[in-house]
Amino acid sequence: MDQWTEKLDAYLDGELSTPEMSDVQQHVRGCPACAADILSRVQMKRAVQAAATARFRPSAEFRQRVRAQIAPRSGLMPVRIWAIAAALLIIVSLVLLSGRERKMARQQVFREIADLHVSALASANPVDVVSTDRHTVKPWFQGKLPFTFNLPEVQNSEFILVGGRIAYAEQSPGAELIYQVRKHQISVFIFEDRAFQTVSDGKAQQRATFNVESWSQNDLRYFVIGDASAQDIHHLAELMRQAAQS
Amino acid sequence: MEVVKNREAAAAFEELAMPLFDQLYNFAHWLAQDRMEAEDLVQETYAKALRGFSSFQPGTNFRAWMYRILRNTFLTSRTGLKAATVGLDLEEVAELPAAAESPEALLIDQSQREILQAALEEIPVHYREILLLCEAEEMSYKEIAETLSIPIGTVMSRLSRARGALRDRLNKKMAA
Repeated sequence: MDQWTEKLDAYLDGELSTPEMSDVQQHVRGCPACAADILSRVQMKRAVQAAATARFRPSAEFRQRVRAQIAPRSGLMPVRIWAIAAALLIIVSLVLLSGRERKMARQQVFREIADLHVSALASANPVDVVSTDRHTVKPWFQGKLPFTFNLPEVQNSEFILVGGRIAYAEQSPGAELIYQVRKHQISVFIFEDRAFQTVSDGKAQQRATFNVESWSQNDLRYFVIGDASAQDIHHLAELMRQAAQS
Repeated sequence: MEVVKNREAAAAFEELAMPLFDQLYNFAHWLAQDRMEAEDLVQETYAKALRGFSSFQPGTNFRAWMYRILRNTFLTSRTGLKAATVGLDLEEVAELPAAAESPEALLIDQSQREILQAALEEIPVHYREILLLCEAEEMSYKEIAETLSIPIGTVMSRLSRARGALRDRLNKKMAA
């Protein structure tokens, strides 16, 4: 191995200074042995490069594992913010669910009642028994419901009885009575109270866009719901209560 | 404030270190010659590097720094200790004569690539790592010196021996 052979690797590795490089180049041009040597070394270098580079590739799962391990604990990465926010949301909703299960259930019932009211309004036949006379409507429910109830006399009030139909909520059958007041329709629902344990009494309250009043009387659960004013809803509720007492 | 600083540092580290992930893994796998061990090595390297990132001098060679951590981690692992013992007296190994008939010209197709890969796996780990750093990672002698914590003169002589050893191993494989 002469002084040139020693320099060939460094030459090929790009580690020689510019003057040294031109020295080697000049020598190789006139030396067949070094030219052959250099060719063989280049081929070897390329072969090793091809054989060794990216021969082993990490799995995506492993990359993710390491990335998660070194990731900044919070803040900076938007994706992470959302992940944390989502996790918090889940935790918060879990807490709310466990803590306010009753309330959730109650809201669920009110939603159900509101849906019933809307579907009655939207129906082509909103009532199964069409009558302004409570003495016609009340008997119609006989044999259809496992309970009975009284209806108020509304002749001298601003309410008009439109009719009634059977409604189902919480897997329980009930009566739906539809009243009208100044072009507003109001539904009065009467169910057996035991199906609505989660519902507490309340004066006319705004729920969604409806006003609702609910109470329990004679083991029956009453809901008065409609887009009429809270005052109207309360007034009708009062009439219903008085009738139930008599 | 300290927390914010840490976060920023961690983000900076991630930005610098993750692009090296594939290369570091390849290097680790070549050293350890086992997937599980390579994964452990890389994972430990990233953990150590993140912990020690504050000691990293900005402006110096981050890649060499990472490779050095990986290599040191490997050398202190069980496999690494065993592998390194084999190569302890390497610098004293006599210069291998340059092969008269070069096997390199034959290394064209896939089967020959596999022979070369096997030869690379068989040579001592100190030769393998320096060849990988030079050829696969295309590191400069200076970077290699930093990575292996050896002087540049040693880089040159060890590289020369490593090439000779690989050549020798290949010749034996071709002859077989």
